[in-house]
Amino acid sequence: MAAAALIGGWPSPFVLRARVALNLKGVEYEFLQEKYGEKSELLLRSNPVYKKVPVLLHHDKPVCESMIIVEYVDAAWAKSGQAILPADPYERALHRFWAVYIDDKVRMPPSISDLLVPSMFGIAKAQTEEAKAESVEQAWAALKLLEEAFEKLSKGKAFFGGGTIGYVDIALGAYLGWAKVIEQMAGLKLFDEEKTPLLAVWAERFCAHEAVKEVMPETEKLMEFAKMRLGK
Amino acid sequence: MAEGENKGLVLLDFWVSPFGQRCRIALAEKGVEYEYREENLRDKSPLLLKSNPVHKKIPVLIHDGKPVCESLIIVQYIDEAWPDRAPLLPADSYARAQARFWADLVDKKMYESGTKLWKLKGEAQEEAKKEFIEILKLLEGELGDKKYFGGDTFGLVDIALVPFTAWFYSYEACANLSAEKEAPKLVPWVKRCRERESVSKSLPDPLKVYEFVCFLKKLCSWHVNGHLCRPEYIVGGFRHGRLTSFVG
Repeated sequence: MAAAALIGGWPSPFVLRARVALNLKGVEYEFLQEKYGEKSELLLRSNPVYKKVPVLLHHDKPVCESMIIVEYVDAAWAKSGQAILPADPYERALHRFWAVYIDDKVRMPPSISDLLVPSMFGIAKAQTEEAKAESVEQAWAALKLLEEAFEKLSKGKAFFGGGTIGYVDIALGAYLGWAKVIEQMAGLKLFDEEKTPLLAVWAERFCAHEAVKEVMPETEKLMEFAKMRLGK
Repeated sequence: MAEGENKGLVLLDFWVSPFGQRCRIALAEKGVEYEYREENLRDKSPLLLKSNPVHKKIPVLIHDGKPVCESLIIVQYIDEAWPDRAPLLPADSYARAQARFWADLVDKKMYESGTKLWKLKGEAQEEAKKEFIEILKLLEGELGDKKYFGGDTFGLVDIALVPFTAWFYSYEACANLSAEKEAPKLVPWVKRCRERESVSKSLPDPLKVYEFVCFLKKLCSWHVNGHLCRPEYIVGGFRHGRLTSFVG
C-alpha cells in the first residue's frame, strides 16, 4: 500500500472532502473504493466505531471523520500547497464554526447506507409538497447565512478561504454534486443567483478548481445512483 | 482593533451546562482571567443574541469583543490563543486527529444519550440505558490504562467528557444506571480529573444537577411532544443552583 490511502466511495460527499484536501496538497494516495452494499474488512478494522467512509490511512494509521481528515491533511502536509485552515486562532474558530453549521444543516439520514444519498436540507426526504416547500425555505435560509459568512470570510476574494480553497469551501463544496441532483429532482435552484449571488458564483468556481473537477462526481452518474438507491 | 471597553474575556454561560463547563476548565487550565456571566435562558441577554445570532446558545466566549461559539471550538481556540502554556492538544498531528475524533464522539453521543436516561421511561429508557452503557464502554476501552485520554497530559477529550460525570448521580437516580459499575476503569480517571483545580472549581455539585434534572422532568411532563427537552429552551427558573420560579 502507498504511504497514503483513502477508503471511500465515489458518490460520498464526505469522501470528496478528503480527496479535495489531498489534491490541494498534491498528495499521492491510493483510492480504495468500497464495493457498494458491502463493507470491507479493512474498513471495519480501520473505523470500528462508526464503520463508515472516508478513512484516511497514513502509514497504515487510520484517521476518521471527513473534516478531521481535512484538518489532519492540512497539518501532516503543512509544507506542501497552501494552508487549508488559516493561521490566526480567531479565523480558525470562524472556519470551524461554519463547517459545523454546514454539517448540521445538510443532514444525512442515518438509516441509509454509507454511500449516502444526502437529504440536502430534508428536501429529498420530504413526503408532501408542504414538507418539501418548508425544507426548501429552510435550505434557502441556511444558504443566506452562508452567503453572509462568505462575504465575511472571503474578504472579497474567490473562496471562503480567501485566494485559495479552504476549510469551509471543502465542507460546503463537497455537497455541490448532490445539490445539482436535488435541484433537478425537485425542479428548483438551491444556489440561486438571485437569492445568494456570491455563493452561486462560488459554486461554479469551486467545481471548476483543478483540485476538485477530476473528483467531483458527474451529475448524471449521481442521478443514476440516486435513482437506484431510492428505488425509482 | 477592539475598543478599550471591549477588551478582555467574557464567558456567557449557564451554570449546569456541561458545554459551558468545558470552557471554564480550559480557561482555568491556561490560568486566564475572564468574566463569567450567567445567562437566563428564558430571557437571553442582548449580548448573547448579538454574539451568537445563528444559534442563540451558550457557551459563547467573547475575546476583545469577538465572539467564539460551540464549546469544542472554544476550547481549541483557547488552546491556540494561549499556546505558551498548558497545551490542551498534543503536538503530534496524528495524536491531535485522534483527540478530535474522540472529543467529537463525546459531543455526538453523551448529551443526547444521557438526556434520554432521565427523560424516558419503561422500555424506551431500557433501550437508552443499553445505548449509554455502550458509549461508556467504548470510552473505557479508549482510555485503557492511560492517565488521561491523551496519555500523560490532561487535554481535549478529558475536557469534553468530564463535565458529564457530574450527571452520573442523576443517571443513577433516574434510570438506575451506575456509570461506575458499568465502566469501572473510568472511575480512577474521574477521580484524577477532579483532583485538578480547573475541574473541581468548574463542575457543579451532582446533587444540584439532580435537583435541576427533577425540575426539567416536571417541565417535560407538561410539554407533550416527542422532542428531547433541551434545557436552553426551558430553563429560566434556575439561578445559581436554586429554584426561583417555575416555568409553564
